[in-house]
Amino acid sequence: MAQVAVSPAVYAARRFVGRALVWVVLGAGALLMMVPFLWLISCSLKDVSQLWVFPPIWIPNPVQWGNYPRALTVLPFARYTLNTLTITIPVLVGTVLTASMGGYGFAKIEFPGRELFFMLFLATMMLPGIVTMIPVFILFSKLGWVNTFKPLIIPPICGGGAFNVFLFRQFFRTIPEELSSAARIDGCSEFGIYRRIILPLSRPALTTVAIFTFLATWNDFMGPLIYLNADARKTIALGLAGFQGLYNTEWELLMAASAAMTIPVVIVFFLAQRYFVEGIVMTGLKGM
Amino acid sequence: MLKDNLLLKTSRILHMSPRRLRQTVVGYAFISPGIFGITCFLLGPMIFSLWLCLTKWDIVTPPQFVGLQNFQTMLRGDEFFWLSLWVTLKYTIVAVPLNLVAAFAVALLLNANVKGMPIFRTLYYLPSITPAVASVMLWRWIFNTDFGLLNLLFQTLGLPKIHWLFDPGWVMPALWLMGLWGVGPTAIIYLAGLQGVPRQLYEAAEIDGANGWSKFWNVTMPMMSPVIFFNLVMGIIGTFQVFTAGYLMTGGGPQNSTLFYVLYTFRNAFQWLKMGYAAALAWVLFLIILVLTVLVFRSMGSRVFYGEA
Repeated sequence: MAQVAVSPAVYAARRFVGRALVWVVLGAGALLMMVPFLWLISCSLKDVSQLWVFPPIWIPNPVQWGNYPRALTVLPFARYTLNTLTITIPVLVGTVLTASMGGYGFAKIEFPGRELFFMLFLATMMLPGIVTMIPVFILFSKLGWVNTFKPLIIPPICGGGAFNVFLFRQFFRTIPEELSSAARIDGCSEFGIYRRIILPLSRPALTTVAIFTFLATWNDFMGPLIYLNADARKTIALGLAGFQGLYNTEWELLMAASAAMTIPVVIVFFLAQRYFVEGIVMTGLKGM
Repeated sequence: MLKDNLLLKTSRILHMSPRRLRQTVVGYAFISPGIFGITCFLLGPMIFSLWLCLTKWDIVTPPQFVGLQNFQTMLRGDEFFWLSLWVTLKYTIVAVPLNLVAAFAVALLLNANVKGMPIFRTLYYLPSITPAVASVMLWRWIFNTDFGLLNLLFQTLGLPKIHWLFDPGWVMPALWLMGLWGVGPTAIIYLAGLQGVPRQLYEAAEIDGANGWSKFWNVTMPMMSPVIFFNLVMGIIGTFQVFTAGYLMTGGGPQNSTLFYVLYTFRNAFQWLKMGYAAALAWVLFLIILVLTVLVFRSMGSRVFYGEA
């Protein structure tokens, strides 16, 4: 087929129009994704008379900042936050540590049975959570661990989850083997290589796993729902769900409490976003 | 000294070089937390759960062995088992394809070379990190019949008001719509795939005179088929385990129209303490997911292109 010659000016114009079009569609989509958030913030700052009107108003007048302190004190949200952090922090540290160790073992050390165990790890991702949830609940209830944080902390830090191990393995495989061999020749132990060479080079993977873990633990609902029923032990997610039952009609408080729970998550996500999306794009698919 | 001696002796017994034995020990040490976790919280409980299926047990009183009675009850006498299966299937059949297509479209956009892309990627991802409980609250208010955002839109378009969460015919579309809000992670996985398509393929196609459309069908789609396939399988596995939306948003209603399978299993286990029956339900779910996955592999696996890239 003969190529039709296009003058540089026409080519540049077409390119510009194409990009402008993509930009407009992208922007419209992004706005659509953001509308529920804007609505959440808007409703969290309204009073009752502004909330129950149709058509709804977008900008509250006057702005009810007082909804936030009220929403966060009608239920002991300070206690809930402390509980959530008491679970999240050890889970975060333990998961990053054990998952990166597992990833290192699968990526950088050759030993018999490695592939077999790796397949076993991957296979666990297929298993629906509810299958193990019931027997594990019985185990923990027999140990007297119901209403403690142990059932929510100990299982995730034992191995750090197959997905995280997989992510670390994929990332570590992209680090040149020469670095490890050189260190080995210099007499560095395997753990030393892991700690001093591989981990410092793996910031994107470490950040990705840390964020995934933080989000999953902070947002987890089903786990706390099963194990924590004393009010003093509840997490934010559980407290917020209870809020729904107690203050079913006070939507402005519900919205304020929901926004307050979401804001830390959004901040953490924005801080780490640079590593996060890049981390997935880089490690997400290689070798699959 | 003693350690080295031991190493030497063991390596001779196992017919391994001392270096290889050391590697093996260190290797297993690194993956040992994972092996411990899988044994204690996965394989062990799974075996325990297989026995649990054959019992009637409320945890408090001693368990009763009942053979296959739980499965018989399920298949013959329990209308809610069939209902919850149907509800879950209904959700999956629309939600999975809808999300696959939407996420692919978003990924194509996010792969364009325009200014401000990191911000766009973040904005599209953001909804999926919102705590499920918070997003359920938010969407309940959006779906509110009289004061909600969605009915405002409907009214502006001249459409009638809909009782989204209180009408058995409309509650499922409401959940499909809410699911679309969380396309971010799937789109990012597509994006990773799109970035892995070699540029040379597009250049070669251009030399052959391919336009944008035929480049999409003849280069992008075949190269992306493994990723599409991956997202399809993960999507099915995910939607079969929907819980929070049913539990918090609708309580399984109205008229059990959102009684998802995992919600029904949860109720059996943790509200009615029918541990044996719930364990049986959980195993049946696992089998269903397994069969579905195999079917998907059988029917589509051959059409997936695993190129040399």
